[in-house]
Amino acid sequence: MKGVLKSLGATANAFVRRPVTRQYPEMHRDLPERDRAFPILLWDDDIDEPYCTGCHACERACPVECMTVLMKDNPNHESVGGDSRRRKIIDKFWIDYARCMRCNICVEVCNFEAIAMNNTWTGHEVSVYDRADLVMDLPQLLAQHRAGELDEWVADI
Amino acid sequence: MTQPPPVLENEFETEDIFVNMGPQHPSTHGVFRMVLTIDGELITDVTPYVGYMHRGAEKLCETMDYRQGIGYMDRTEYLANFNAELSYVMAVERLAELEVPERATWIRMILCELNRLSSHFMFLGAFGTDVGVFGTAFVYGFRNREVIQDLFEEITGDRLMFAYFRAGGLAWEVPDNFETRVREVLKDSREGLRELDGLMTQNEIFRARTEGVGVITAEDAIDWGTSGPTLRASGVPMDIRRDEPYLFYDQVDFDVITGDHGDVFDRFYGRIREASESIKIIEQCLERLEPGPIVPDRLPRMLRTPAGEVYTRTEAPRGEYGIYLVSKGGNRPHRLKIRSACLSNLQALRDMTIGGYVADAVVILGSLDIVLCEVDR
Ligand code: SF4
Ligand code: SF4
Repeated sequence: MKGVLKSLGATANAFVRRPVTRQYPEMHRDLPERDRAFPILLWDDDIDEPYCTGCHACERACPVECMTVLMKDNPNHESVGGDSRRRKIIDKFWIDYARCMRCNICVEVCNFEAIAMNNTWTGHEVSVYDRADLVMDLPQLLAQHRAGELDEWVADI
Repeated sequence: MTQPPPVLENEFETEDIFVNMGPQHPSTHGVFRMVLTIDGELITDVTPYVGYMHRGAEKLCETMDYRQGIGYMDRTEYLANFNAELSYVMAVERLAELEVPERATWIRMILCELNRLSSHFMFLGAFGTDVGVFGTAFVYGFRNREVIQDLFEEITGDRLMFAYFRAGGLAWEVPDNFETRVREVLKDSREGLRELDGLMTQNEIFRARTEGVGVITAEDAIDWGTSGPTLRASGVPMDIRRDEPYLFYDQVDFDVITGDHGDVFDRFYGRIREASESIKIIEQCLERLEPGPIVPDRLPRMLRTPAGEVYTRTEAPRGEYGIYLVSKGGNRPHRLKIRSACLSNLQALRDMTIGGYVADAVVILGSLDIVLCEVDR
């Protein structure tokens, strides 16, 4: 009898308690600030160009070789009358999200703090119908930070 | 005078049946296949087949430098990633003669023990399902594991593939509220353990299903090279944390849990008690945690090691996780061998299962707490 009452109590308790389940697609859980989704490139608002100089450091350090980097001369460099101090700048950049193992190594090796792991839900919800769509190009990689939709957390190391 | 009735030899023809369990069986915890030879309800032979998940992690690691390999260690042992990473970075550190700062070592220890807790919670939940109708245990186990996993996510940024340890220390500093969060998690885990203990250990049906089932003697367990809770359940007090201390395990105080019978129940109950020991260790670690650096002062950008070879082992939740690393100089391993605890534990399966009932096969397999990713690497 005692056991039955106890279990009824548990049921009643569960009945009035706030549910812990979140209705996922509509409601998102708060992500911790150092959450790691896929890497994206950062945008230098002061000069209005990417931070990335196309130095290939990340490309060489990536364990799964999912990055492709091409650099070019910066058309906006001081020597040609521009206001940027970057002599070289990124021309084309692809990251194959389907291969990336989100290891954070590219972020660690970058000398220019030009790349960061996406820590928003946009970074997690990258489902597509075609694998080829997971190969992100430069505008796609830059879009989010350029629009100011990234909570910045860059590991201090 | 009455004659005794004639004894019929082979009253009717019987034939052994082969039952193929797996590779896609929900209770094999991954892709694992065993062929059971059964005579009625009794198992007369078992042939396990492994290798469905072989990804060549050892060979892959030989093609990449020491930092890049860390991510692959996570993927070999996805329930105890920190322990796997630790074996690897310890091997590299020993080769490169790197000194790890104290704070990094304490944090590593806390994380490894938390990982053991989360792995054991996972085991308790999954094992409940293996034994029978314990959907409740499964949910309880996962509820507690989730809390720990959330903490890991706050620290490392990822729920499973942490890639957080580095040769020499840690990738980055833990968050400011680390201590309070760990204490919260410990409180929650202690509660959860108590609940699961009450739910399962004191359940009569559960005990009937597990006691005296899948017995393996200490000698056999040693012969098969089992380690971890599986070996300790047979009464062999072997624990690498105590016998060959790494990190600062020689400075904390904990018991090595052993069983008496080497049956499924001992393997299960040993893990519950071991989890409480982990809580004890973490509390001691938290007290010793001081602010300080987490990486050595001078760490080269690209780590190179002198030629040599080294074997490091850690006590992972499932047993001895060893890394044998051969270097011929340079920035990548010449040969890397992963000593998987699960593979050795799995070999003892045959001894445990033969003579048992079909229904017990799943329970025995579950009690080994195998991770097929680690078996096949
Ligand atoms: S992201 Fe950083 S490391 Fe990679 S190419 Fe650009 S500047 Fe170099
Ligand atoms: S996170 Fe790792 S795998 Fe992904 S692009 Fe960066 S280095 Fe490559």
